[in-house]
Amino acid sequence: MPEEDKALAAFRDELRSWLEANCPADMRDGRNDEASICWGGKNWTFASEAQRTWLQRCVSKGYTVPTWPIEYGGAGLSRDQEKVFHQEMRRLNARYPLQSFGIWMLGPALLHFGTHEQKLHYLPPIARGEIRWCQGYSEPGAGSDLANVQSRAEDKGDHWLVNGQKIWTSYADQADWIFALLRTDREAPKHKGISFILLDMTSPGVTTRPIKLISGASPFCETFFDNVEVPREQVVGEVNRGWDVAKYLLTHEREMISAAGGTMGSGRALGAVLAESGSTDTILRADAMRAEVDGLAVALTLERYKDQAEAGQGAGDASAMLKYMGTELNKRRLELVMAAGGSDALVWEDGRAPNWLRTKANSIEGGTSEVMLSIISKRVLGLPG
Amino acid sequence: MLADAARGFLDQAAPVAHLRGLRDAGQTQDRALWSEMAAMGWAGVLVPEDAGGSDMGHAAACALAGEMGRTLVTSPFLSTAVIAATALRQVSDARAAQSLARIARGEVTYALAIDEGAKFDPEATQMQARAEGNGFRLTGEKRFVVDGANADRLLVLARTDGGLTLFEIPADRDGITREAQAMIDSRDAARITLADVIATGEDVLGQVDDAMTVLAPALRAGQAALAAEMAGLAAGAFGMTVEYLKERKQFGVPIGAFQALQHRAAHLWCECEVTASAVLNAGRMLDEDPANAAMAVSLAKARATDTAQRAVQEGVQMHGGIGMTDAFDMGFYMKRARVAAEWLGDYGYHANIVAQARGF
Repeated sequence: MPEEDKALAAFRDELRSWLEANCPADMRDGRNDEASICWGGKNWTFASEAQRTWLQRCVSKGYTVPTWPIEYGGAGLSRDQEKVFHQEMRRLNARYPLQSFGIWMLGPALLHFGTHEQKLHYLPPIARGEIRWCQGYSEPGAGSDLANVQSRAEDKGDHWLVNGQKIWTSYADQADWIFALLRTDREAPKHKGISFILLDMTSPGVTTRPIKLISGASPFCETFFDNVEVPREQVVGEVNRGWDVAKYLLTHEREMISAAGGTMGSGRALGAVLAESGSTDTILRADAMRAEVDGLAVALTLERYKDQAEAGQGAGDASAMLKYMGTELNKRRLELVMAAGGSDALVWEDGRAPNWLRTKANSIEGGTSEVMLSIISKRVLGLPG
Repeated sequence: MLADAARGFLDQAAPVAHLRGLRDAGQTQDRALWSEMAAMGWAGVLVPEDAGGSDMGHAAACALAGEMGRTLVTSPFLSTAVIAATALRQVSDARAAQSLARIARGEVTYALAIDEGAKFDPEATQMQARAEGNGFRLTGEKRFVVDGANADRLLVLARTDGGLTLFEIPADRDGITREAQAMIDSRDAARITLADVIATGEDVLGQVDDAMTVLAPALRAGQAALAAEMAGLAAGAFGMTVEYLKERKQFGVPIGAFQALQHRAAHLWCECEVTASAVLNAGRMLDEDPANAAMAVSLAKARATDTAQRAVQEGVQMHGGIGMTDAFDMGFYMKRARVAAEWLGDYGYHANIVAQARGF
């Protein structure tokens, strides 16, 4: 065995024993639904003692953000070690100890664009699950045309004065901080007058209002800024160059959304769903088989792009492909789950319907499927216009 | 690296015009081209080094097949260098080693004679290999024997008393009649009749009544390489289509400026990328964990079948009327995609294998 493989095998052995010794029994059910996720933050109430213990133990090893550098709260794992980490977590059917927009979106953007001071200040609390972030991107007049954001931050010397409205801010009512796209130059062309600014949600002038969705849940909010004062140094990247940060973060968001759909190898096989339902419908079976074939191939594609990317980097423009294929597939899967469930799945209490309805947002949030196709046709294929 | 070198060579030596030229001359293979490929180590890509091969593995064989797919190269590569070589490698005797050495040198070509009905189904084989003395007599008919009219030797699957047996025999043995079929993809496929053909124990590849120990790995290798060829074919057809979208003008603008066509093209690119992942995975699994590669191979063949057919249909549609003409190359892609879809198991055959592995 080459030295490199030996080192990886040793890492696997050590990790496996650590997980065996430290992952509480109640955290070994592989659940990843809304009721089981630990989001962290100041307002967080642990669902169980096991959830708290699991988070604390993982924090001590940097396993909430395994690929982040150790000085920012991670474990500094290489891509190969990261793969082993996920394999061993799956082997034990372990829940992920912490999930958040800080981990998925802001973290990668800060690691790429932040100053050393900003990284030291903002990243460790994300890794420890102490600060929960939300994303202030969309506005009523800036959906697919995101660069049209009108909420503004005026330069007042030592601080920014922020006014405006954001919409679809997921979990804004439970978040501690928000990363927002705000207009800092109203004269410049729309992409060139935006800054990426970090705000404390407890600042005077910030209010939120949940939006009730078709699933009955209210994960999304409206967020209002009314003369909010923000310290000057809370800009990431250069002033008026926030669109670069926004786009980079979006590639990570898109990968996150495409991976979250249970399309990965760990996702529940549709065969099992059908077998459980006792359905003998041959057309449903054929549709499910096609979806399974496509799902496995999409999962391999996610892995391939992660392997190709430099450590900590995203898939770039190709993330549009991962997002488009992953989310369209996820909608197909949940349609099949509902069909397999028949009238049993139509009762709210059953729990399948909210998941099914939730997937309908997958091909809208983070950039619609149509925006993804336009990105691909222009940036990847080089088609005109 | 290997793929780049292969592309450089094939763009010169075997663009689509090469296939068109063969077709117009009434031929299905170019032995001189195959000799050149053999000289580059392609014929021996799966032959061990001590038998004179380059032994580069299945991922490399798939990379070569992918490049051949891009320009629709017709050659004995899949039948001989992939399927027959993999079958022969399962047997460790001096004769098999000699045969492998001859494959690597490009001296001998093979065809796999399995199909008897219109669909791939090895287990349904009816051809009889009647025991007689120390040997057998084979009688029956094989259809859709790819490369069968030109091949020097045949791998024939037949039913023996206790199961299926794989025979390795010369294609000109007494009692064998080969009838070349005019195929839509302009390539070699034959209907082969065996009438009381004598086979000795020496002609059995592997063990009597146990064809699958030898044949199953060969089929998986062939299916993976064929999937790679189809993924390459899809990429080739797609590349032509995108270029056309940039060149062709209507309403005073390149038609690629229209969102309706942009989105169709972008979707097709996504499908091609996803299929490429499945093909790469199949080659890697065959090299690293062949005993557990069956699902990966079927996933690749199912996806590649689907994507290649989508790519050629979209290719014709987006080219408009010119896509329907024989003078334009897209039709060659469409016809090859249809034939490759059927060979070694169609979408449904392979999707079923994936489904079974996933608890259906």
